[in-house]
Amino acid sequence: MSITRDEVAHLAKLSRLDLGEDELERYASQLDVIISAVARVQEVAAAGIPPTTHAVEFNNVFRADVLAECLGADVALAQAPAAEEGCFKVPRILAEE
Amino acid sequence: MSTPGGGSMNRPSDLTRWTAAEMAAAVAIGEVSAAELTEAHLQRIARTDVQVRAFLHVARDSALAAASEVDARRAAGEPLGPLAGVPLALKDVFTTIDMPTTCGSRILAGWQPPYDATITRRLRAAGVVILGKTNMDEFAMGSSTENSAFGPSHNPWDLGRVPGGSSGGSAAAVAAYQAPLGIGTDTGGSIRQPAAVCGLVGAKPTYGGSSRYGLVAFASSLDTPGPLTRTVLDAALLHEVISGHDPCDSTSLDAPVPPVVAAARNADVAGLRVGVVSELSGDGYASGVLRRFNEAVELLESLGAKVTEVSCPHFGYALPAYYLIAPSECSSNLARFDAMRYGLRVGDDGTASAEQVMSETRAVGFGAEVKRRIMLGTYALSSGYYDAYYGKAQQVRTLIAGDFAAAFEQVDVLVSPTTPTTAFPLGERVDDPMAMYLADLCTIPCNLAGNAALSVPCGLAPEDGLPVGLQVMAPVLADERVYRVGAAVEGALDQRRGHALLEEANGVDEADDASGEAGR
Repeated sequence: MSITRDEVAHLAKLSRLDLGEDELERYASQLDVIISAVARVQEVAAAGIPPTTHAVEFNNVFRADVLAECLGADVALAQAPAAEEGCFKVPRILAEE
Repeated sequence: MSTPGGGSMNRPSDLTRWTAAEMAAAVAIGEVSAAELTEAHLQRIARTDVQVRAFLHVARDSALAAASEVDARRAAGEPLGPLAGVPLALKDVFTTIDMPTTCGSRILAGWQPPYDATITRRLRAAGVVILGKTNMDEFAMGSSTENSAFGPSHNPWDLGRVPGGSSGGSAAAVAAYQAPLGIGTDTGGSIRQPAAVCGLVGAKPTYGGSSRYGLVAFASSLDTPGPLTRTVLDAALLHEVISGHDPCDSTSLDAPVPPVVAAARNADVAGLRVGVVSELSGDGYASGVLRRFNEAVELLESLGAKVTEVSCPHFGYALPAYYLIAPSECSSNLARFDAMRYGLRVGDDGTASAEQVMSETRAVGFGAEVKRRIMLGTYALSSGYYDAYYGKAQQVRTLIAGDFAAAFEQVDVLVSPTTPTTAFPLGERVDDPMAMYLADLCTIPCNLAGNAALSVPCGLAPEDGLPVGLQVMAPVLADERVYRVGAAVEGALDQRRGHALLEEANGVDEADDASGEAGR
């Protein structure tokens, strides 16, 4: 199978990457090569083999429910691109009309 | 060969040439001060980093302050840890409250984290002196440091070649005697591969053995911090300083730290069962790499190890599985860089939407490899492709772990070359992602299975005079075995040669004056 320029444009949109036309073309050919190479996993991964999500198995990891210090609002906001009245200031999140 | 514990018999006059163990011993008895050691390394950085470009940030003032504190504690008669006063190069992927943390990315340029990583805290508590933050492939994605937004680092053996990656800055710093200790992270080989191509020792601890808290995440089920050093003993000492359970990391193992320092001091491999992995050699491996590897195997046999060949039939599928699993995790982890709470924000002109600002910022802030992997991961996780790609890769992960389990029923450790080739020239693979990915061919299986592994130098390839690494692999939480084998190989080769391998590196000249500003 091969990856088209339009599929890359869709992936870029899902990934929140505003790519230019030249980038879309370049990534289409590169991703095509990479995806055909990694598709080899399908040769050996037969049905019935359980998946491994983590190298070492962990079950629920609990800690005592006690208060601990956390970052103050001033510290958390110190590196923000924009802040106002003790809050992160973000661009508009609603459509214009 | 260096004397464990730091005998002064064969110690060079230049402080920066000592091993970390020698430095710590000298600080402990007051023979040199931590401040003198730190100043010597800062000067070495100032004179050589114009060529090597290992550091993104040199923290002169805080390093000297940390050193003075160690000297004051010694003067007050307080007990010091085994690496107190020894300088270290920290990969720029660990948060540091008093230094910028960029991960080699424009999206985090100038970011000053509000807290220290657990690794950073443990180093400080042990009196280790952090000299600064080292260069890396952006967000640890790469095998050469060429994916750093701030330009590549250079291999001290040959400045025209890569130092490996992604922890290439730490490796270059240690190989250039800018620091005796380095910290890296290993997601698919990012400690072992740079160690191999720079002639160093590099260890990937068992997954969960060293904390990920404050380590900027790339692929959370694989990321493992570990040491990069010039000797096996130094790696073991650093391994013990940074390891142990951390309640802040939910995947941190609540288990005793394997006795790696004792193992590094007991380099006895008599009777040890060593398996040579059949699948990790042959076509695509440089002849000089295979020659030195085979000699190392013969050496182990001559030291009393029982060598057999072992087949791990699914290792050939480790690289494809890794390049589905790691990008999938990365596409999710890097979603946090959304231009809202910290880091770069581009295009916020008062009319653009949050989503437009996000997309524009990420397009400008991320480099080509990071974008490639985010899209690859998004593809592998998207509905319709999930089962065929990410799901299949997770099944392969089970098969690889099964290969290791079967192998470790027959042998105590497995060995292979660490990398298929020696250090490649800068620029050679930047336009060919698949060629770059092959640099991690031998190291990836251990990341997928979570095993302990170590790379130790085993000589120079005859065709190019560049270092070759021997990879030693052990089961989960049997880290001490890789140190035992590493120390045996290092000791025998150093004795045969009459000196440490790194003494043959001569790519770096000290500038006549210290006017070159280190770092960028």
